[in-house]
Amino acid sequence: MIHFVVHEEGDGVGVVVVEGVKKGQELTGWIMEDDKDVKIVAQSDIPIGHKLALKDYKSGDTVIKYGVDIGKVVAPIRKGEHTHIHNLKTKRW
Amino acid sequence: MDLSKAGFRGYKRENGRVGVRNHVVILPVDDLSNAAAQAVENNIKGAMALPHPYGRLQFGADLDLYFRTLIGAGCNPNVAAVVVICIEDTWAKKIADGIRASGKPVAHFGIEQHGDHDTILRASKAAKEYVQWASELRREERPLKDLWVSTKCGESDTTSGCGANPTVGNAFDRMYPHGVTLMFGETTELTGGEQLVAARCRNDEVRKKFQFVFDRYQEVIDRHKTSDLMDSQPTKGNIEGGLTTIEEKALGNIQKIGRKCLVDGVLDKAEAPTGPGLWFMDSSSAAAEMVTLCAAAGFAVHLFPTGQGNVIGNPILPVIKLSANPRTVRTMSEHIDVDVSGLLRKELSPDQAGDKLLECMFRTANGRLTAAEALGHREFVLTRLYESA
Repeated sequence: MIHFVVHEEGDGVGVVVVEGVKKGQELTGWIMEDDKDVKIVAQSDIPIGHKLALKDYKSGDTVIKYGVDIGKVVAPIRKGEHTHIHNLKTKRW
Repeated sequence: MDLSKAGFRGYKRENGRVGVRNHVVILPVDDLSNAAAQAVENNIKGAMALPHPYGRLQFGADLDLYFRTLIGAGCNPNVAAVVVICIEDTWAKKIADGIRASGKPVAHFGIEQHGDHDTILRASKAAKEYVQWASELRREERPLKDLWVSTKCGESDTTSGCGANPTVGNAFDRMYPHGVTLMFGETTELTGGEQLVAARCRNDEVRKKFQFVFDRYQEVIDRHKTSDLMDSQPTKGNIEGGLTTIEEKALGNIQKIGRKCLVDGVLDKAEAPTGPGLWFMDSSSAAAEMVTLCAAAGFAVHLFPTGQGNVIGNPILPVIKLSANPRTVRTMSEHIDVDVSGLLRKELSPDQAGDKLLECMFRTANGRLTAAEALGHREFVLTRLYESA
């Protein structure tokens, strides 16, 4: 079962595509572009459509998705943690 | 699905364009004429009024866009004939003349010196003739290249970027070699991925034009913004769906133009393309505004991927909605024409998802009503550039 998808190898976040992901759950991810699987343990409850970090981040780091910069980290994020507006912000506007 | 011999059954119009609907439209030129237009719609079964809130004291580029949008909507090949109603007879004639250039039947009526009753009576008589005339027009076999297909996504979430939007991209990549006229837009919603679109432009001339309209829109944002646009772009719904930044939203958005087709030209708002290929229209990212501009540019079907579940429709342009979010296709099934959630479970390949969408597109072009049409979604929303005089 696929719990989250990753656009391509090297992306720092994945997207949860099932409902009800709980903290502590072991998740299987699918790297779509490379058709590879990855395993990760969720460190938060994560709603469907929301992102989880695939590595540890510190403030000021850049997050890559689709192989491209999608913004800057504004609060530390641990691998497997929910990544959203509380810890990631736009670099534009 | 092999598209080399693909076709659809459409209505060939006087100017050679091919429509997939056969509407008789009652077009008010201003807010004051909505009541009369809607009375005519009520009197004549099969006629459709397009009420809207604008048209008085606009000027300059805003007025030009307004005229272009109304005339473009009237000229759309999904429209068989038009009855124009305006408070002032001269502007009714101006819009009617613009639409008449497409060759289709048009009648116009001014309300001043007549009042609503007499105007409704005269306009209803014209509408009745048009509805009966249009009811005898017949669909004919047309090749795929005669179909103009536009796209815009809405209430996107992260599943849009990995499921529904790439499905539109798959369909665009496959239609492009067959000479189909395709269009995308949403200028500010490319922010963070504009370099990818620029790289896809056919040549430096197109690239320069694209960069110019992109930069211009960024200046508008910079001039008026009071924050980082959080809750506007991305919207509350986008954020609820897991999208965090405009860059992330833009990169998902851009999946709609596939991986192969090139951007062949850049259009102003409501401007019609002049040949086949993929066109970029400088436009708002607000769903109903953008889809109305597509209708005004002459597009006949629209592919609309959604994540969280946008419910949009358009009176003239059938809006086909697809989603890859399994929760949305379950909780909002009445709005979704194509379910591609299997993509995220590896149950559908990208080509199979593209096939599902293309199959729905051909059925829609052949006459099947979209979910939005069946539910009565007729959002006709005009883009304004600035205040009225």
